[in-house]
Amino acid sequence: MTDTNVIQVENLTKKFGDFVAVNAITFEVKKGEIFGFLGANGAGKTTAMKMLIGISKPTSGNAKVAGFDVFTNSEDIKKNIGYMSQKFALYDDLTVKENITFFGGIYGLSRKKIEEKRQLLVEELGLQNIVNELVGSLPLGWKQKISFSVALLHEPKIVFLDEPTGGVDPITRRQFWEMIYKASNNGTTVFVTTHYMDEAEYCDRVSIMVEGRIEALDTPKKLKEQFKVNSMNDVFLKLARNIE
Amino acid sequence: MKRFAGFIRKEFYHIFRDTRSLFILFGMPIAQVLLFGFAITNEINNVDVAFFDKSKDATTQEIINKISASKYFTNKQMITNDAEIEPVFQKGSVKAVLVFEKDFSEKLTKENKTYVQIITDATDPNTSNTINSYLNSILQNYQLEINKDIKAPFQINSETRNVYNPELKSVFTFVPGVMTVILMLVSAMMTSISITREKELGTMEILLVSPLKPFQVILGKVFPYIFLSVINAIVIVLMSIFIFKMPVEGSLFLLGFESVLFIINALSLGILISTISSTQQTAMMISLMGLMLPVILLSGFIFPIASMASPLQVISHIIPAKWFIIIIKAIMLKGVGLSFIWKETLIILSMTLFFIIVSIKKYKIRLE
Repeated sequence: MTDTNVIQVENLTKKFGDFVAVNAITFEVKKGEIFGFLGANGAGKTTAMKMLIGISKPTSGNAKVAGFDVFTNSEDIKKNIGYMSQKFALYDDLTVKENITFFGGIYGLSRKKIEEKRQLLVEELGLQNIVNELVGSLPLGWKQKISFSVALLHEPKIVFLDEPTGGVDPITRRQFWEMIYKASNNGTTVFVTTHYMDEAEYCDRVSIMVEGRIEALDTPKKLKEQFKVNSMNDVFLKLARNIE
Repeated sequence: MKRFAGFIRKEFYHIFRDTRSLFILFGMPIAQVLLFGFAITNEINNVDVAFFDKSKDATTQEIINKISASKYFTNKQMITNDAEIEPVFQKGSVKAVLVFEKDFSEKLTKENKTYVQIITDATDPNTSNTINSYLNSILQNYQLEINKDIKAPFQINSETRNVYNPELKSVFTFVPGVMTVILMLVSAMMTSISITREKELGTMEILLVSPLKPFQVILGKVFPYIFLSVINAIVIVLMSIFIFKMPVEGSLFLLGFESVLFIINALSLGILISTISSTQQTAMMISLMGLMLPVILLSGFIFPIASMASPLQVISHIIPAKWFIIIIKAIMLKGVGLSFIWKETLIILSMTLFFIIVSIKKYKIRLE
């Protein structure tokens, strides 16, 4: 089943007036893949992602996410995806437990299921001592891990991560990527945007957006060979310079 | 439905864990009602007056006694020359000075005419007017008394009766006003802040990506405030009945219905504000400047609309609070039914629909 595409995008375009934020991008993501979606600030990453998660309507092109069309079935898409933004949006004035219950609830999980999931989560992340603490009092690293687990609570087919590791230390980032691998091994597709080029090396495949277009798309290894450099960082710099 | 219940539970956590919003929700209404009910009033009571009696005869003494005996005035001091008048006002406590001319009694009996000069401190024109008319009416009464044996050839006697508020208690107009301000504040400001807070924190994005529909998110945010505002309205009405002895002549049910309608109106305004502001700060500023000031100044709560400049009168028409104040006064004091206030009700209803439609339009644009 690994060769089925869970995201299929063809010539997807988004214009704001005269400005073309996303310019006819085409790619697909396979089930269970960790797909890195790279680009400088303002390259159009977030706009592209917003179209895929159903909160922004494309101007033209086609896209299917989890088998559903972004134009006509955005509500079905929402049931099948998880989303974590750069702000790890949990509610600071709710406890860990209440956050889990709330987000489980809005995805329509039964009370029993939420209870089960919560116990699992508490064990896996070792949350025994903080499950009744307000989220606002926890360090950033904890918030990030819990936020990711909450995004996976309803067992989505695809999880979208928008710069999930902003502002956390390298060790926590490493731990976070272990969680991403685990999710991927369980068959969840991971679609991740990031600034950190070392993280790009962890992805199965990487696309690099420059000024609204996808300029490169392949495994990190092949990209490095193609551009004859040693790191993803250099790939990125070379691409950006070529454009200028 | 279950999703919705979970959402509302979350909203209550937010409200009850934030001391600031708790204070605005419950502390302020009670404080405001008590303040306006007891402390701030436009009635006059025990106003200090001074007398400059150049005549010192039986008549002037009788008038002075009458004025001092009334509950409105207190005889602060007697003045003996013109130079003392100014300093008396400057000291501040004395608000009016009565000057009786020389040979007051004699002129009255011989020339049938005599003068008393009333000098008032007009730094506060409203109070000065009120003092003036109270003093005049005491003088008038006295005049009637001394003339009671003489039949004047032509007489027009006026007899005034103040219906709906016979004692002219100012609390009767403040309670509807305070209720309006509170409901507006709680409903519009609190909802707009709580919605923009989700935007600011980034949780709104998460909610929009979830299977919850945008209108469910908004309803979920708004619903707790309907509930809390209704409680507030009930508390204010109970306080006005039991503490200030304000009557509720009309139907409590109608009062409840109109209040809920006004609450929904304010909530839809709150939603509208939240669609045009992206931070809590902006939402609060717009609510305070755009809503609170007009509600307090132009709704007829403190300043009578009839005496405003005509452009302001026109503006007052588009303020929902103005119509709601008319409605509650009519129900509580006059005891009228819906047939007398359907016009005002309809105005609030259509304003509400207008706000909701505009919010939906704005909301969609934002999602694009």
